[in-house]
Amino acid sequence: MTTAASPNTPAAGPGQMESQAPNDQFEDTKIRIQGLSVGYSDGTESLQDISLDIPANQITVLFGPSGGGKSTLLRTINRLNDLADVVSLEGRVLIDGVDVLDPKLDVIELRRRVGMVFARPVVLPMSIRQNLTYGLELSGEKDPGQFEEAVERSLKASALWEEVYDRLDDPAVSLSGGQQQRLCLARVLALEPDVILLDEPTSGLDPISTGKVESSLQKLKQEYTIVLVPHSVQQAARVADYAAFFLNGQLVEFGMGKELFVHPQDSRTEDYIEGRFG
Amino acid sequence: MDKTLKLGTSSTAKRRVQRLGYGLMTLAALVTVLPIVLIVVHIYSQGLPAISWEFLTAFPSDGMRAGGILPALVGTIWLTIGTAIVSVPLGIGAAVYLAEYAADNRWTRAIRIAIINLAGIPSVVYGLFGLGLFVLFLQFGTSIIAGSLTLAIMTLPVIISTTEEALRAVPNSFRVVSISLGGTQWQTIRRIVLPQALPGMLTGVILGLERAAGETAPILFTVAAFFLPRLPSSIFDSTMALPYHLFVISTQVPGMPVKIQYGTAVVLLSFVLGMNIIATIIRSRARARRQW
Ligand SMILES: Nc1ncnc2c1ncn2[C@@H]1O[C@H](COP(=O)(O)OP(=O)(O)OP(=O)(O)O)[C@@H](O)[C@H]1O
Ligand SMILES: [Mg+2]
Repeated sequence: MTTAASPNTPAAGPGQMESQAPNDQFEDTKIRIQGLSVGYSDGTESLQDISLDIPANQITVLFGPSGGGKSTLLRTINRLNDLADVVSLEGRVLIDGVDVLDPKLDVIELRRRVGMVFARPVVLPMSIRQNLTYGLELSGEKDPGQFEEAVERSLKASALWEEVYDRLDDPAVSLSGGQQQRLCLARVLALEPDVILLDEPTSGLDPISTGKVESSLQKLKQEYTIVLVPHSVQQAARVADYAAFFLNGQLVEFGMGKELFVHPQDSRTEDYIEGRFG
Repeated sequence: MDKTLKLGTSSTAKRRVQRLGYGLMTLAALVTVLPIVLIVVHIYSQGLPAISWEFLTAFPSDGMRAGGILPALVGTIWLTIGTAIVSVPLGIGAAVYLAEYAADNRWTRAIRIAIINLAGIPSVVYGLFGLGLFVLFLQFGTSIIAGSLTLAIMTLPVIISTTEEALRAVPNSFRVVSISLGGTQWQTIRRIVLPQALPGMLTGVILGLERAAGETAPILFTVAAFFLPRLPSSIFDSTMALPYHLFVISTQVPGMPVKIQYGTAVVLLSFVLGMNIIATIIRSRARARRQW
């Protein structure tokens, strides 16, 4: 079902593709999903036997029609789905070889290493600065120098520094929607995670804010592994190094972005990309 | 043209109906508020002349027909504090458990229904319960501790349900974000949920305590003394209290000066209204500052 990216297409990241073996074996696989099935209490089997390798330091997009299970997959990776009514969970999700679905795993540590940005920007009811230091404080960090460093570094990385450096103690709600969403991204970056999950992070933003977020992501992928659910096929095609097409809980097709959006292998992928769907 | 004209006519008629509706609602509001205003104005106009420093700080004398209300005022303050010490931590703890931790199952639904029903039990029943449990069975005697515990049990349902409501009003997205940033459930509750819910919780606590301060029946058998020529010196002493004192001087003492009766009512009413005003101020301040 999964289509391997062809080895002789130009690589998205320099030096990434040379040693790529068939069957999506990357030189540097960050997240390996094996036979993952997730079912909710209402009886829906939202993910069915998904196997997928997500490469490090690339942007991998998960796209497809509503209800396909994209958010479910993201929330399974950082175990946020522990909060939901999940009744059946099978398969493995390995991050750097460690099975994060292991019941004995330290989920707090996992969520620090796997940050998440949600569709609607939810800033916490506190100042801009406190939003950024919140995660560090929870982890027991007390050094004000560390806080200072994290605030500046994360705001610069999310392209927000210029706009807010002189009002860090203002309430975070005083920011515009686009600024709030970049603050949410910065809040995740402040924790220096390995992986960043983004679930339609620009769905409520204007094109300019969307552009800022997208260009931040292009820079961030040098340090982080990014998994993004885009809010449109256009965005998917713009940002994807790799892309996975989900339909009704199944992974239809996976491949390099440049390949998949130009020459989809599966007719269902093609229909969706061309807008002939539903 | 024709269309516009028709639109104009029908909207005038609609506006008239609307104006009538507003009128009726304003009238209903007035009818509700008027008696309260009348009662308050009447009591204050009759009772304020009796209020003096002397009245608040002196013991009753001449078979309570003269002097002040000090022991009753002090007793009510002690009882309110005692009630708060017991009911606030218990009530908030129970509400946090119900709102944040407990699964939504038959068991917790039963607890919730029980709490709602407890709020509807007549206060005299609480009084008899307190008499049976605290005064007699636990042998506290008629004492501040027995009265405070009785009032606390009566207050708990109010505190639990308002606190739970305040906790549930905090958007769930805050909790999800906090958890996603590596927060434990307790960190999330302590750093996000409780501070956001605090104003609503305080309002509930104050309204509950205000009711406790004004009730007569629960303290009748558990703590209240008809007349005591001294202030209580321990939690195992009985004490006079304002609501019961007001009842006594209004019905049990022949030849009681009306001025003292109204003066006592003014003090009790001010105590309760004062708490109410504090609750209102907290609520409106918090609403102005709310960030969601
Ligand atoms: N918390 C939940 N409880 C029960 N069912 C859920 C829950 N979350 C998702 N589902 C179900 O799982 C299926 C997949 O949902 P999911 O949110 O993962 O899809 P999605 O691909 O992210 O869709 P969208 O593009 O609309 O965000 C849907 O049928 C949905 O009804
Ligand atoms: Mg989704």
